[in-house]
Amino acid sequence: MDAGVVSYGAYVPKYRIAPTEIGSVWGADGAAMGQGLYIVQKSVPSPDEDTITISTEALRQALQRGRIDPQSIGALYVGSESHPYAVKPTATIVAQAVGATPHLTAADFEFACKAGTAAIQTCLGLVGARMIDLGVAIGTDTSQGAPGDALEYSASAGGAAFVIGRTGVIARIHHTVSYTTDTPDFWRREGQRYPSHSGRFTGEPAYFKHVTECAHHLMEVAKTTPASYQHVVFHQPNGKFPQRVGKQLGFTDDQMRYGLVTPFIGNTYSGAALIGLANVLDHADPGERILMVGYGSGAGSDAFDIETTPELKRFDRALGPSVESHLHGGTFLNYAVYAKFRGKIHMGGT
Amino acid sequence: MSIARFWRATPQRYNLGASKCTVCQQVYFPPRTVCPNCTHHRESIGKMQPLQLSGDGEVISYTIVHDAAEGFEMQVPYVLALVRTDEGPVLTGAVVDVSPSEVTIGLRVRATFRKLREEGKAGVIHYGYKFAPRETAPAPGAPPTG
Repeated sequence: MDAGVVSYGAYVPKYRIAPTEIGSVWGADGAAMGQGLYIVQKSVPSPDEDTITISTEALRQALQRGRIDPQSIGALYVGSESHPYAVKPTATIVAQAVGATPHLTAADFEFACKAGTAAIQTCLGLVGARMIDLGVAIGTDTSQGAPGDALEYSASAGGAAFVIGRTGVIARIHHTVSYTTDTPDFWRREGQRYPSHSGRFTGEPAYFKHVTECAHHLMEVAKTTPASYQHVVFHQPNGKFPQRVGKQLGFTDDQMRYGLVTPFIGNTYSGAALIGLANVLDHADPGERILMVGYGSGAGSDAFDIETTPELKRFDRALGPSVESHLHGGTFLNYAVYAKFRGKIHMGGT
Repeated sequence: MSIARFWRATPQRYNLGASKCTVCQQVYFPPRTVCPNCTHHRESIGKMQPLQLSGDGEVISYTIVHDAAEGFEMQVPYVLALVRTDEGPVLTGAVVDVSPSEVTIGLRVRATFRKLREEGKAGVIHYGYKFAPRETAPAPGAPPTG
């Protein structure tokens, strides 16, 4: 494949809440819950932030960092399971907000947490077929867990945007493969406010099966082993799952060092693996190899064999804020303000 | 506000679309087709150029809103400020991601893209610019500060 990442940007809302604060409201041991999930804190969007605003901020950073003319974008796809409209695309608003309209194709993707990686694959196809010069793939969510549910300790907000092209590539995508089955581990029916999940079933037959099978398949196609990679990024619904699947596959903690961001920002769903990849690119040197495996419930995995190029030396990463700057600090909320921000308080009326 | 009226202002609300008089160099937001600053207004006809504001600016005055208009109740208290942009025009906008007590005259801000209001639960959602304090974010690779 002669295409890859030309630029990238990531955005995480400023507000945070800790598992102990959530647990104190529901009579649960929040500290134990946070430790069990390896979630130190999670991000919370402001009342005026949603998938559209987060996607726009992430893409604006990517365009600024890569000094890219938005009019050169030929396709823009936003992957999310929290699109603000059921009918009306997120992608058109984001495209207009960055000045990319009108000569481009745009659409919204949905595949639980892997809609963003699916968007990267679509852009690779269009760019590789020379139908367009630049494509944008965004993965963003402002995910919700039902009050008191285990998901509430991790479901957060954030997103990342990747510009895919053939020239000025800072990270070449050598191979990508997918692994897809019908596995009902997590879903949200039309009109339902919060998702449902099948508890422990979301683990072995869902996340672990798909991620390991997809990773093995990719390494077979790419003729690589875990030792071939300096960095690895997995979908990270919590801090524990990616650590466990990494060990199962033979990766070390050092290889996962930059790719694991969920403990500090929570599970950003469609943004999770992509923000991890953005953090790796923030730190990588040219010539380093990255394995990324996304996962979306329902279920499927997309895996990517990526290698940074000498172009990374010329790329000015400092033109945009680092992912690291989003991982630390933030303003902590109590549960009452968090509930207000997330619309969990019924205000009366219909 | 009607959908059509808001939609017509999209270039300004989304992208800070302004105009600049190439005769006297004055910048206008929202954009003008004629420069009222030039003594002979007709001189500027055809000489107004579109310009996108950078979004960078400085708070020159502000108020803290406690008694919000309909649709903004969930955000009180919030800061509404006059921001002098680096290009000159003064814009009114909310300042977000900051405690009201931390806002000062002279605070450097940048434009950010946010939800402005919703036309009820079933109506259209309006987006546009607000302002946030300029990041002093570390560059990639810098050690964490938190």
